[in-house]
Amino acid sequence: MTVREIQPILDATVYCEGTSFDAAVKTACGSDMMSDVLAYVKDQSVLLTGLLNSQAVRTAEMMDMLCIVFVRGKCPDESIVQLAQERGIAVMSTRYPMFAACGRLYENGLKGGENTDV
Amino acid sequence: MSDTIRLEYEVPGDDFTRAGEASSDVKRLLKKLGVAPGAVRRVAIALYEGEINLAIHGGGGQIVVEVSPEEVSMVLSDQGPGIPNIELAMQEGWSTAPDSVRNLGFGAGMGLPNMKRNADEMTIESEVGVGTTVRMTVRVA
Repeated sequence: MTVREIQPILDATVYCEGTSFDAAVKTACGSDMMSDVLAYVKDQSVLLTGLLNSQAVRTAEMMDMLCIVFVRGKCPDESIVQLAQERGIAVMSTRYPMFAACGRLYENGLKGGENTDV
Repeated sequence: MSDTIRLEYEVPGDDFTRAGEASSDVKRLLKKLGVAPGAVRRVAIALYEGEINLAIHGGGGQIVVEVSPEEVSMVLSDQGPGIPNIELAMQEGWSTAPDSVRNLGFGAGMGLPNMKRNADEMTIESEVGVGTTVRMTVRVA
């Protein structure tokens, strides 16, 4: 699927499209601990998280991720959206909790990736 | 003329939102220089983990990065409380971070081990009450 196609699956609000909204994504990870994302994630393109701060964007940036989805209805503020936009990362928010959001994406073909514990 | 680019950053200890700016800057420079993506990511992760440590544990600090055609060397220094037991600090999952830091998504005890994993070389010098210096090298050629 593409980053764009995540939106209807999660009934998500899109805050910014980044620079790869039509790029294909195959894998995702879900975590509120950026420490774990940095340590265990390998090649996932989408980060689902309930952590609402600028370090979620920084972490996604370091890991070359294309999209961040904030779960549990968390809405990013202007500074987070602006930072993501500057880094070319798409930002969405979904009302679904982490497990349900991951499940919906998995059901639609997004996998967890290999060699990852997150 | 030297082929080495030297970058210096001051990391604030009282503004967690700014932690990561130096790593972001270095990552963009390396991409611009055409460094291999895998090496860029290893530098970015190692430096970012270290920068977060400076902000969380060191009360802020300094970062010096030198980029040559062969390697990226990084020196991160703080004048914080120091690490009483480096061997223990290198164990995955061991952390002294308070809950306030965990609520920010860090402090899982993965920082130093992950820095070591991503760097080709890493050394830590630390003295309690004086500060800590971490040196890392990632080969890019």
